[in-house]
Amino acid sequence: MPDLRVMRDDMLPPGASPRKHLLSIRDLSHDDVKRLLTTARTFESSLEREVKKLPTLRGRTIVNLFYESSTRTLSSFELAAKRLSADTMSIKAAGSAVDKGESLKDTALTLAAYDPDVIVIRHPHIGAPQLVARVTEARVVNAGDGKHQHPTQALLDLYTLESELGRLEGVHVAIVGDVLHSRVARSNIQAFQLVGARVTLVGPPALLPRGIEAMGCETATDIDVIRDADVVYVLRMQRERMQEGANYVPSLREYTSRWGVTPERIRPGQKVMHPGPMNRGVEIDPRVADAGNALIGTQVRAGLVVRMAVLYDLLTHGPVGVPAEAALEVA
Amino acid sequence: MLVSRNGARDDLVIEGARVLDPIAGVDAALDVTVEQGVVTRLEPAKQSHAGLVLAPAFVDPHVHLRTPGREDEETTASGTEAAAAGGFCAILAMPNTEPVVDSAAVLGALIETARADAVVPVGFFGAITKGQNGAELAELAELADHGAVAFTDDGFPVSSPGLMRRALQYASITHRKLALHCEEPTLSCDGQMHEGVVSAELGFAGYPSVAESVMVERDLALAAYERRPLHLLHLSARESVDALRAAHAAGVEATAEATPHHLCLTDDAVRSLDSNVKMNPPLRSEDDRTALLEALRDGTISAVATDHAPHARHEKDVPFEEAPFGVTGLETAFAVLFTDLVGPGVISLETLLARMSDGPARAYGLEPPRIAVGEPANLVLIDTERSWRVKEERFRSRSANSWLLGRTLTGSVRLTVAAGRVAFAA
Repeated sequence: MPDLRVMRDDMLPPGASPRKHLLSIRDLSHDDVKRLLTTARTFESSLEREVKKLPTLRGRTIVNLFYESSTRTLSSFELAAKRLSADTMSIKAAGSAVDKGESLKDTALTLAAYDPDVIVIRHPHIGAPQLVARVTEARVVNAGDGKHQHPTQALLDLYTLESELGRLEGVHVAIVGDVLHSRVARSNIQAFQLVGARVTLVGPPALLPRGIEAMGCETATDIDVIRDADVVYVLRMQRERMQEGANYVPSLREYTSRWGVTPERIRPGQKVMHPGPMNRGVEIDPRVADAGNALIGTQVRAGLVVRMAVLYDLLTHGPVGVPAEAALEVA
Repeated sequence: MLVSRNGARDDLVIEGARVLDPIAGVDAALDVTVEQGVVTRLEPAKQSHAGLVLAPAFVDPHVHLRTPGREDEETTASGTEAAAAGGFCAILAMPNTEPVVDSAAVLGALIETARADAVVPVGFFGAITKGQNGAELAELAELADHGAVAFTDDGFPVSSPGLMRRALQYASITHRKLALHCEEPTLSCDGQMHEGVVSAELGFAGYPSVAESVMVERDLALAAYERRPLHLLHLSARESVDALRAAHAAGVEATAEATPHHLCLTDDAVRSLDSNVKMNPPLRSEDDRTALLEALRDGTISAVATDHAPHARHEKDVPFEEAPFGVTGLETAFAVLFTDLVGPGVISLETLLARMSDGPARAYGLEPPRIAVGEPANLVLIDTERSWRVKEERFRSRSANSWLLGRTLTGSVRLTVAAGRVAFAA
């Protein structure tokens, strides 16, 4: 079975650094997460300077290959690459050869001809990033593959929470909503596990996947349990998944009345997160989304520095774990 | 009912192998003489060769030859060459071709092709419903008259219970069995893999065990009510095995098959995201696999079937969810079962040989291969000590979507004699 943890490229000549990917939170150890969050903090302080651009990845090429629409993930990867002085280009499925029926493998091979250092891919199907990693020499970052993984989202959520609470270990997170169709939920369950946080999944029975408890979380269908958590993490109710006849819930209206996160269902001051884009009035009440205890804007800002840290980490040729400060000074 | 290329029956002598026919009760070092395709002498071997086993050749009751329509993936010639290389002396081909084998015209053309190209005898299934659409019965009697061995809509269930009942009733006049792909489509939906711990983690849409077992239970209930026999294709779930066992106890005449991949792998293999472990029904849990092995051992499941399903490389070299269901199996079936099940003592060699030859032949009323004087020579010579590596370029099949690529297997077919003719010699 192919190794799904951080892939080490055995094919490189001796002395060359191993090729790394970020395909899944499973790729990471606790130390990897700590290093990435520390690097992100270093970048955050660098962004307070008047000139925000760092020369760190000058001459590197980063390709964003997006097969699904995205606002925040694509924009933050683009900006992260630009802030690090990398050359970057973004390819969207609409308007590309994908429209003409080109396979993912052929598109990846075409882009590989430009020798990109990193390919960031978002794709509606599970395992697309693994396929790109297999057929190209680039380092690959998974920016969301179907219902599987969205590892940079999970990292930015850890970063946000740690900034807010000062710790991650022992924090109790209630993830609310459509877990079944959510790559954010899957990456976040693994990420919270990795740092010693406790996770409770809350939602309608058919949207809590059978067997999910084996990932080390609890499940509940009663929305009242979210009050016990330190943080309420609200998932987007994916209207596009609610096709007629699926009957996961009788209606969005009933979903909202049973599982919508409203001011009455949370404690005053309880932290609330949402990966976006929000359906205001469906999974989250606008009063909750706009309250001071909602971390939604903080999450977006964290996305930029965390993605800078991921790109930097993958392209660092020093030994794994080299402090980011050292590299910044050289830069 | 089985057809193959014509040619002279062969004369040969196979010396010094351990002759093992578990059904006939033969287990001795014998020299076997074949004259004009018939076994004429069994004599004590003058000298024996360690590791060589001569057994009744295998019968594969479930092969997709992809002809007509997808000759780029398999042809009658390539598929039967692959079968011969795997030790099979007979195979049964599924009707989910383009067009579907639902008329005497399509069936007749296939039989003509097999007369010209088939290296080992092939039998053809006819469809149960026109176009396998699950709506209207195909002309079963005419299909039977033109040589259909049995009927199936494999790849699709007969969703309507009423139509299933009519099919059972009408098939009785043909004296042919119905072979059923048990899948409740509103439960399997767009399922990509077994619903369980692994699908929950990976995010694939789940195809629960109960999608199979409720249809197994329905079809067994209808078979009991109509007092008709049936055959259950590629069972994968413990609940299905339990239902079959209960039906046997109640006197229902039902046979069943299991595939090498369901007997050797679990859904854990899908963590690789490799489209060559994507098949329908999907790989299930270790508990399900254990149930299949118990059933294979005690004969509740009497047949191994490869469900050999060739697919073009470019159709499989895509993300898992985009890939079609199915894997090849003719050339690796014996070796992987010998390596993974007989080697560690999970099942005996005798049981494996019986389930790969006698069981599938009987399930469809075919003459079971036997090693006895006066019997037609249907023989497989196996070197049980020889190891080999599964490589794409070694396949006779036109497709290489095998879950075993790169594996080293023990047990190698050296010779296949099918209907009295040498079909394969290594």
